[in-house]
Amino acid sequence: MRFSGLKVLAEGLTGNKGWAAHWRDAQPKPEYDMVIIGGGGHGLSTAYYLAKNHGMTNIAVLEKGYLGGGNVGRNTTIVRANYFLQGNSEFYSHSLKLWEGLEQDLNYNVMHSQRGLINLFHSDGQRDAFARRGNMMINQGDDAELLDREGVRKKLPYLDFEQGRFPIYGGLYHPRGGTARHDAVAWGYARGASDRGVDLVQNCEVTGIDIEGGFVKGVQTSKGVIRAKKVAIVVAGRSGLVAGMAGRRLPIESHVLQAFVTEGLKPVIDHVISFGMGHFYISQSDKGGLVFGGDLDFYASYAQRGNLPMKEHVMEAGMTLMPMIGKAKVLRSWGGIMDMTPDGSPIIDKMEGIDGLYIDCGWNYGGFKAVPASGWCMAHLMATDQHHDYAAKFRMDRFRTGVGIMDEEGTGSQHNLH
Amino acid sequence: MRLTCPHCGERDLREFYYQGDAVALNRPDPDATDVEWDDYVHNRDNPAGETRDLWYHEGGCGAWIVVTRNTVTHDVLCTELASDLKEASA
Repeated sequence: MRFSGLKVLAEGLTGNKGWAAHWRDAQPKPEYDMVIIGGGGHGLSTAYYLAKNHGMTNIAVLEKGYLGGGNVGRNTTIVRANYFLQGNSEFYSHSLKLWEGLEQDLNYNVMHSQRGLINLFHSDGQRDAFARRGNMMINQGDDAELLDREGVRKKLPYLDFEQGRFPIYGGLYHPRGGTARHDAVAWGYARGASDRGVDLVQNCEVTGIDIEGGFVKGVQTSKGVIRAKKVAIVVAGRSGLVAGMAGRRLPIESHVLQAFVTEGLKPVIDHVISFGMGHFYISQSDKGGLVFGGDLDFYASYAQRGNLPMKEHVMEAGMTLMPMIGKAKVLRSWGGIMDMTPDGSPIIDKMEGIDGLYIDCGWNYGGFKAVPASGWCMAHLMATDQHHDYAAKFRMDRFRTGVGIMDEEGTGSQHNLH
Repeated sequence: MRLTCPHCGERDLREFYYQGDAVALNRPDPDATDVEWDDYVHNRDNPAGETRDLWYHEGGCGAWIVVTRNTVTHDVLCTELASDLKEASA
């Protein structure tokens, strides 16, 4: 089934009876060439690009819950390519280009909206840092424009420019940044992979990884043993637990990050805005809800909910930046499990010493925008056993050797600093 | 989540600075291998369930505290002074 304007029109006139399921809800076969553990954004995009770019379709994606029920369905949907460090910037630049062609490629409306992202700054020092970042973005071939105070006022007249403590000096504008419909990204990749023959197996929890003589042989699951020549761990916040099944510890600590949504409002915020004072960021969904969040709670957690101090901090930051949102009612808040690495950058690598075992993790609090390029590069690694040029620096051994640490924030390579 | 400082009693979370896994108390020898140092500095068990981590009572008495808690429920099971644990193990 392909989507088209004509199809929508025809279905609309005939009672919408012709829509079918978007993907096959498969049961596992006893053996595959490749098994991908984790049916979230990254796992599904890996399966999709394995099939599309490398012609590999004897693949199963194993998901312990339902497809897209993890972080891909629980994030604040921001898509951007405003990274500074070499290694990160070419990767996210590639990802943004994939986003720009994603709807045509998948024949699926992921509601990618390049509404522009503005990172505000509040001091001369922050301005210098953002000017430098903007130049790096332009050097990478992406877009960036330094706005002064009046430039920001023109776009965002509703901010509180007069407050004394954190005056708005300007902002770094990234016009191609924006948002996308998070669930649709999972569904679109799922459909694309399934149509090409990939088995998507839900309610199938991996309970063990079979390794013999340094070679991966398959996985134990709640639906029985599944043999495979190659196995990928793509499980975000649960990476430490699944790697533990292979006897490995990872440079990952799982933390909780909270997010918030208000009741639906008329259009009021046209961009994605981030506030340099307290890591507050906000956008408005197409449904009208203000979607916003802030920093990690800053302690290891799998609870998928946070504590009150960070809620209070986020609300305070929001009110400081744009007092007009004070009367909006928060409908819900939630917490996601973030796979935090010491340097804040991800890992796409082979598991050293276990042939056929691959890992894609460490997306910290920025995994959503990376979904296309992560799948692209992970598929390349699994299919060819060579690191893709765009993800060549996402190696796990950078922590042991100290070579190639990518500390984007410049705060240090240590677990409690990102 | 509130933490009980052995000196000051039960306090608001905001008074504490989170350092990370209490593995920080088991520092390897200076001439240990890079693998051991990597394991100490970066690699974590990262359990879903009971864990021990190190907190600093920054907004209070300045004590380093080992907190035993559950990462799934946020229940705090036990708090001890890091200095006591170090002395006991010395």
